[in-house]
Amino acid sequence: MGYSIAYLSLVVLIPLAGLLIRVSAMSWADFVRVAFSDRALAAYRLTFGASFIAATINAVLGTLLAWVLTRYRFPGRKILDALVDFPFALPTAVAGLTLANLFSQTGWLGQFLVPLGIHLAYTTGGIVLALTFVSLPFVVRTLQPVLEEFEVELEEAAATLGAGRWCTFRRVVFPALLPALMTGFALAFARAVGEYGSVLFISSNKPYVSEITPQVIMGWLDQFEYANAMAVAVVMLSASFAILITINLLERWASRFQR
Amino acid sequence: MSIELRHVSKRFGSVSAVEDVSLTVADGELVALLGPSGGGKTTVLRMIAGLEVPTSGDLLVRGERVNDVPVQKRNIGFVFQSYALFKTMSVFDNVAFGLKIRNTPPAEMQARVDELLKLFGLDGLGRRLPHQLSGGQRQRVAIARALAPRPSVLLLDEPFGAVDAKIRQELREWLVRLHRELHVTTIFVTHDQEEAMEVSNRIVIFSRGRLEQIGSPRDVYEQPKNEFVARFIGVLNVLELTVRGGAARLNELSFPSHGVAEGETLRIGFRPYAVQISSNLQEHPHSAVIRHVYFLGVQLRLELETPSGLILRTRIVKDEFLRQGLEQGSSVSFQIREYRVLSTGANNLSPEVATVHSAANFAEGI
Repeated sequence: MGYSIAYLSLVVLIPLAGLLIRVSAMSWADFVRVAFSDRALAAYRLTFGASFIAATINAVLGTLLAWVLTRYRFPGRKILDALVDFPFALPTAVAGLTLANLFSQTGWLGQFLVPLGIHLAYTTGGIVLALTFVSLPFVVRTLQPVLEEFEVELEEAAATLGAGRWCTFRRVVFPALLPALMTGFALAFARAVGEYGSVLFISSNKPYVSEITPQVIMGWLDQFEYANAMAVAVVMLSASFAILITINLLERWASRFQR
Repeated sequence: MSIELRHVSKRFGSVSAVEDVSLTVADGELVALLGPSGGGKTTVLRMIAGLEVPTSGDLLVRGERVNDVPVQKRNIGFVFQSYALFKTMSVFDNVAFGLKIRNTPPAEMQARVDELLKLFGLDGLGRRLPHQLSGGQRQRVAIARALAPRPSVLLLDEPFGAVDAKIRQELREWLVRLHRELHVTTIFVTHDQEEAMEVSNRIVIFSRGRLEQIGSPRDVYEQPKNEFVARFIGVLNVLELTVRGGAARLNELSFPSHGVAEGETLRIGFRPYAVQISSNLQEHPHSAVIRHVYFLGVQLRLELETPSGLILRTRIVKDEFLRQGLEQGSSVSFQIREYRVLSTGANNLSPEVATVHSAANFAEGI
């Protein structure tokens, strides 16, 4: 207990406190002017919006991937399983660079997609793609143990009672997975909100259009306006915190059936 | 509903789980599938349910082949050993599940679930979640859930395995009562011979994927077809005798040779009740010491040790035990009233010889 608190303080709480103290030196009017400027608001919308979409995509595809990895035995399963962690290991800047290269007009995939009107490099779509990539492991890794422990008998019981596969999934499997899925979603979302490196490369970084919040912060830092950067950071911090708490409460509600 | 298995086999890869099993269960029967674990009994149950498909052979329900009918369409109720209750659903929703799937009108569903909860002593618990119930209650929910859509067969896999001994006894009696009231054809799997004897009308004994014997509890106890059944059902004393000087002998005990050649061996078996004891040391031909007394209630199980160290098990009514003034360590005389020849030396692998021999008057070599 004491150890946990000490560790948490050192790593999380003290830096946060430093941030807040720095911001508290600003006047309220200044804070509002900077933190809720049009440019900042557009960036918040993009950051949280794109992160939400990315986390949702991962919730669906990650569930599918976790399902396949736990339920089926096929050659290359171990390799696929290891690949899930790839976005963890890869420096995100490299990921951004790779994706931008892949989907640009002359890229491997871009040369086919761009003529179809699908622009993924240097657009908001590209941001979602990058965020989906970096947050991919979270849903898969939180669902895997739950799926592995899931009793096959529950599905068999549903089948003996007349339920088809889809009905069994919807009524029996999914509700049991929901708490873990929400944890995975929350982690993926948090990761996406904090992402910077990969977006830098794949986004066109235009203010008001395709600029995410960390870039706004960087912008202020480049002008040596530390307090302004902190103000924007505090808004982002509070929003992330609020979202995480909400998801936590939802998760608790979804897992009410557990001991 | 009648169920028939015709030469059914099931292999998992190269492992044979069930081999050439044929059996018929009549409408309304209460049948136990009994055998040691790994005997194939659960696989048979799962094949009847449609959870496994036979590798070969036919499965018939009311005379119709159902091998390819999916589990959802078989209209069976299956109770899993782990109960497999839906943890995210209330007791009510668990029981109502099969009815919901069948799009039962809400009023009818409500009535059916209430009826079952009441019948199973679960009224008032409808809103609880499975983890808020005791083991016995969970099991009753599992059975209620299986019965709700009015299945034509109820299948139970080790229904009493996961509850403690006292509740197990209650559940057994309760299952018998339930079967009497609902009259649904019921097949259950157990490895506990006492449970099978007590609950079922008919017992099907499996070992290593093969069907060893089918019969009433009394049949399999009194007329076991082979040594496996004889040893598995109830307690059996088994002696391995060698024929010397015209009689089959083991230490101080001797029996007729049953035509077995000199020097060959012979296995015999006898139930504890066949061993008669007396505190009067002159009354019976052999002597022994009571080495251990197990209290089973009205009856006692005794372990006798002969002077040469043979251990024999016998039963005696408590009153008789007390009347004779016996206790642990008492010397007694005994005789073996009847026994079966399980196998003879030349014929060791087909132990189907099962003749009762009265040993009472055989006084050779005493």
